[in-house]
Amino acid sequence: MADANALDPPRWLRALLILSAVAVMALLVLLPLAVVLGSGFAGGVRAWYAALSEPDALAALRLTLFTAAIVIPLNAVFGTLTAWALARFEFRGKRVLLALIDLPFAVSPVVAGLCLVLLFGNHGWFGAWLQAHDVKILFARPAIVLATLFITFPFVARELIPLMQQQGSDEELAARSLGAGAWTMFRRVTLPNIKWGLLYGVLLCGARAMGEFGAVSVVSGHIRGLTNTLPLHIEILYNEFNSTAAFAVASLLCALALVTLVLKFWLESRHGDALASSQRRH
Amino acid sequence: MQLHLQGLTKRYPGVAALDGVDLDIASGELVALLGPSGSGKTTLLRVVAGLLDPDQGRVLFADTDATRLSLRERNVGFVFQHYALFRHMTVAENIAFGLRSRPRARRPDKATIARRVRELLQLIQLPEHGERYPEQLSGGQKQRVALARALAIDPSVLLLDEPFGALDAKVRVELRRWLRTLHEQTGQTTLFVTHDQDEALELADRVVVMRNGRIEQAGPPEDIYRAPASAYVFDFIGRANRLRGAVEAGHFGLPGQSLALPAEGRGEATLYVRPHDLALVAPHEGVSARVLATHHRSDRIVVELAVEGQERVLEADLPDRADASLPAPGDTVGLRPRRYRVFAGG
Repeated sequence: MADANALDPPRWLRALLILSAVAVMALLVLLPLAVVLGSGFAGGVRAWYAALSEPDALAALRLTLFTAAIVIPLNAVFGTLTAWALARFEFRGKRVLLALIDLPFAVSPVVAGLCLVLLFGNHGWFGAWLQAHDVKILFARPAIVLATLFITFPFVARELIPLMQQQGSDEELAARSLGAGAWTMFRRVTLPNIKWGLLYGVLLCGARAMGEFGAVSVVSGHIRGLTNTLPLHIEILYNEFNSTAAFAVASLLCALALVTLVLKFWLESRHGDALASSQRRH
Repeated sequence: MQLHLQGLTKRYPGVAALDGVDLDIASGELVALLGPSGSGKTTLLRVVAGLLDPDQGRVLFADTDATRLSLRERNVGFVFQHYALFRHMTVAENIAFGLRSRPRARRPDKATIARRVRELLQLIQLPEHGERYPEQLSGGQKQRVALARALAIDPSVLLLDEPFGALDAKVRVELRRWLRTLHEQTGQTTLFVTHDQDEALELADRVVVMRNGRIEQAGPPEDIYRAPASAYVFDFIGRANRLRGAVEAGHFGLPGQSLALPAEGRGEATLYVRPHDLALVAPHEGVSARVLATHHRSDRIVVELAVEGQERVLEADLPDRADASLPAPGDTVGLRPRRYRVFAGG
């Protein structure tokens, strides 16, 4: 057997590698974060607060939370169902379905947004019908929710599929053989086994739902106070050279991201064994 | 409860996993399904459990046709090779699961469930382990908990899928003796799958040897071991030496050897003999053979032998005694089968 130490690089090389990794992280992650916070508070706490409590900003925050509140539960349910179907059953077209789950990751968000325009726009497939029935999807909340739903779909399913495959179906079969109904089995055996993985997927899904820009930008219409989410609001402020306000709002998004990171770190350190042991993809 | 399997057939593209299996199991019987992988034994168990639907045939629990009943409705106790304990529940919660999952009308009250769990913990000799989690138990303990969990629902039959397959050799032997005792206490009709001949022979009232989806031979362990019905069973059930020859006028003879042993049939045949049934005698008293090598094993001495005209090397087991005079490589000795079977064909 090879000596494990034989693979260790010399001390100076190790130090150099670690230092350069830290430097890159500092340059690419910490520095921008510091700039965001610094610029956000450049006008003082009062200006920061004013930028956040301005009606358009509050409306954007509300829309972002509204979207997340719809998208996260839906994707948690759809993701769990999809993962269950793919991990437990053999059927025709399974591989195609597996590949399709990754589509939102593979395709550019702008293209995803344009697809919605093509479907629901005035000249789109359902445009005439929607207009006739006075249903507004594009440039309104429904399109924003739909776009976000599409973009964040893979997170839960992708986390659960390898986890459920790895755990196998024996425990579920055992529950059935002991007389448990489908719902009892799901509630008392399946769900407890995947709960940390599910939470992890929901966390990533939520982070992305609140930060999504590209697809939402295409379908939102940028109506201030109505169809602007936080990321869109930041862009508008920035384009109007109101960078202090832009960075103030950005600091809010950063705070949301930090909370997500801390929760993710906690989950990985506490319940790492209950997450899919295959390599992380995000 | 008796179990009747009638004409069970299950086909997968290109192979018949089960090919018309008939088997009757008496109430309280402990039956082993024995065979190599791919012989259909696990498929048969899964069909009985309701994990798989047969293409043809029926599964009867006593007089009730259970063929179309789901896994949940059959009320069988199924024990998995890898335990399949609920990892987030304590041992006691695992055992109570089946009773707690019953519809409200048939669910015992809390005190009754608790009492039943205590009884079962006593039965599996883990009275102090109720509050532990599965990951805190050893493999053998886990499998005992899995058994208790299956017994808790008073199953009509107990089905065990390679129950000792994931355990190391020593625990395996202990656990199967314990299972035998447990079976004598509970009298539960039990069907278990194994590919380990020793396990099947030691544990079961009746051994069913399977091959290519069919039953090759079924009978008490002594019969299976002493009187294998076919070359396949002889080969599978233990170590075997093969000598090719022919049967003529009621005697089996080897080409170029004077030895003739009583045998039935006619024409080309193969004599099967176990290494410990092959006695070493003076060269002129038996089949003349040349010693190739001797090996010391933990509990015996194995002599490798070559017989002229035979392709295969033979093995003879000698008891490991200090005073035994061992033949040296190159010696010529005589071989006399004490107990043997002759099957037609090469």
